[in-house]
Amino acid sequence: MLLHSTKQDWLGNIRGDVLAGLVVALALIPEAIAFSIIAGVDPKVGLYASFCIAVITAVVGGRPGMISAATGAMALLMVTLVRQHGLEYLLAATLLTGVIQIVMGYLKLGSLMSFVSRSVVTGFVNALAILIFMAQLPELTNVTWHVYAMTAAGLGVIYLFPYIPVIGKLIPSPLVCILSLTALAIIVGIDVRTVGDMGELPDTLPVFLWPDVELNFTTLQIIFPYSMALAVVGLLESLMTATIVDDLTDTSSDKNRECKGQGIANIGAGLMGGMAGCAMIGQSVINVKSGGRGRLSTMVAGVVLLIMVVFLNDWVAKIPMAALVAVMIMVSIGTFDWGSVVNIKKHPLSTNIVMIATVVVVVWTHNLAYGVFVGVLLASLFFANKISHFMYAESELDEETSTRTYTFHGQIFFNSSAKFLANFNFKEAVSKVVIDLSRAHFWDITAVHSLDMAVIKFRREGAQVDIIGLNEASETIVDRFGVHDKPEELEKVLGGH
Amino acid sequence: MTSQTQDKSKVKEFSLFSGRVILACLDGSSTSEQVCDYASWMAKAVDRPLKLLHTIEHNHNPAVSDYSGAIGLGSQQELLEELTEVEQSRASLLIKKGQLILNAAKQKALAAGVAKVETYQHHGTLAESLIEIEDDIRAMVIGIRGKQHEHQAEGFGHQLESVIRSMHKPILVVNKAFSQPNKTMLAYDGSASCKKALQMIVESPLLQGMPCHVVYVGKNGEALLDEANVVLKNAGVEVTCVQLEGEVDEVLAKYQIENDIELTLMGAFSHNRFRDLLLGSFTAKMLAATNRPLLLLR
Repeated sequence: MLLHSTKQDWLGNIRGDVLAGLVVALALIPEAIAFSIIAGVDPKVGLYASFCIAVITAVVGGRPGMISAATGAMALLMVTLVRQHGLEYLLAATLLTGVIQIVMGYLKLGSLMSFVSRSVVTGFVNALAILIFMAQLPELTNVTWHVYAMTAAGLGVIYLFPYIPVIGKLIPSPLVCILSLTALAIIVGIDVRTVGDMGELPDTLPVFLWPDVELNFTTLQIIFPYSMALAVVGLLESLMTATIVDDLTDTSSDKNRECKGQGIANIGAGLMGGMAGCAMIGQSVINVKSGGRGRLSTMVAGVVLLIMVVFLNDWVAKIPMAALVAVMIMVSIGTFDWGSVVNIKKHPLSTNIVMIATVVVVVWTHNLAYGVFVGVLLASLFFANKISHFMYAESELDEETSTRTYTFHGQIFFNSSAKFLANFNFKEAVSKVVIDLSRAHFWDITAVHSLDMAVIKFRREGAQVDIIGLNEASETIVDRFGVHDKPEELEKVLGGH
Repeated sequence: MTSQTQDKSKVKEFSLFSGRVILACLDGSSTSEQVCDYASWMAKAVDRPLKLLHTIEHNHNPAVSDYSGAIGLGSQQELLEELTEVEQSRASLLIKKGQLILNAAKQKALAAGVAKVETYQHHGTLAESLIEIEDDIRAMVIGIRGKQHEHQAEGFGHQLESVIRSMHKPILVVNKAFSQPNKTMLAYDGSASCKKALQMIVESPLLQGMPCHVVYVGKNGEALLDEANVVLKNAGVEVTCVQLEGEVDEVLAKYQIENDIELTLMGAFSHNRFRDLLLGSFTAKMLAATNRPLLLLR
């Protein structure tokens, strides 16, 4: 299944895919270099990774037309590993990341994405945008005014060039920005930092090499926490991006295959001296915008990227960092979900809290996994809280027989059980209490326990307690709800009994 | 995956005459009219409703392309809106076109005396759409070439093979203007699908009363032909058994013309794709060679 693809996937849109692949390759080069710098490794590590990941996901990925390469989200997670243990451990961690992702793919953990709500996704994306922007700041501090001027000019070129008639939409404006700023720096002879100052660029095609680390438990202990975080964040961003591409192209994709594909791509990258990567939201949007739809676009992007870098490495080394910074600021702006800020007044408070909490946690910890964890947790709590409102009780006293009847409607579970108990008046002296649960649903043991408590309390007050409809109410306690997938089954459990 | 489809085909084998409607696949090409005529004939003969299908295929060429490579605030949203707008107008145009095609065909079928005509439009490729409604289909009619290959004089459309392979119902491939079939020819090799064809000749109201030529191409076919002869004779079908030699597709096409046979029945595409790849499929050759309608049974 991993190698399965239709002719349509590859050759359905040759012209669009090749052109879009070229545009993406040009945009990938500055990003791959910038992300290597964030991670603290030579630019060649990110460039080799981008090549390997793009080419491998083109074949084995689950979402045709999605661009995967070295990414900021992943680079941010490896900073301390690289600083403390060096590149070889990063390569080993990349391999392990791939293995974990493949396992997750086979366990079909991609479907867990359904727990990640829309507001968590938005928070993730916004946090990512902020982190990419923040990662540019070191290039903009303690520098001469030339750098500021060049960055501003670069941003101007990127955003204004597309408005020029005809050629504006034919030539990628980030490329124009890079070329013009590089030319300016060389001709005028401005002394600014260039890509060449940041470390080694690739001068050969990538070669197979096994990471030079000792294969023992200590190594595993060092790399496992990083690999785990990389695997989770990589899959999260990849699956989010896949959903975005699904929406944009109005087609569907195989999410579990994408998990496995990302894993294989990371193993490939690790063995070719590249860092771990995942799908890229910004690049995938650029690909679709440029007309890329099929697997061919991703393949072209990867191959062209490598060819250009290997053959033009002397020239790539001369690109001023200011040009890269401009491109990366564009990427961060493009990644940011602007709608989420515009709609902040329209959305309910709980949604905004989830989104903002995700952003704050990520920006604070520099780890997208923590942010998503907090976001999912908060979203679940808010949901449980909302559902607990769906419960009310009616009570009725029959004076003749001194019988108090409580009729419950709605959802009783851990969060609403206190509210459930609060409905009873234990101080009322009656000889009989009837608790009618036939219109209520007990979802967990906490609910059953609180019912037991109520019964005991009433007994202690000297009343006889009758419970009606408990069997129906507690049908929802079973763990597997899969059997209730037909309307009549659902009606049996959740309906009016 | 494979075992599932095999199971499915086993189940389907026992239900040669299941399904409710005769389906006609229309796309507005010149063969659509012929398809409609043949489908009307079938629907009348077996007294079933006629269902006219038009599919809206989504164009894989991107609607918008912009090579500027720049993304700014909200460009993902903008792109989504832009793509939606362009594709919406594309698709609604296709739907309107399809409705015109279906309405015209419906009038034609009603005029030809079909009692009940339904129309149906579906998004997706033809094969996808057909698989979805397969259980409802008793038999289907399709033109040999669609809109894309309309002006080619020979060969068959690029969707035909995938459609035939994905369906388990009798498929009539139409390649000429309608004329009432009066005789049938069965290309016989003793395979399972040929046995099915025999059963169809015996039981189907469509072929009732038509003389049948059972043709075997190759050597040593006497036993097989005898077998078919007995089955058909017992059912009261007027039968002629012939054994011929030569290239199967050429010989059959020639025999068909010589004996003025309007309709040919045959088994279609073996399940072995690999063999077809190496030797070339007999069904494909026959589709290319003949200019009379073929009724294919899987």
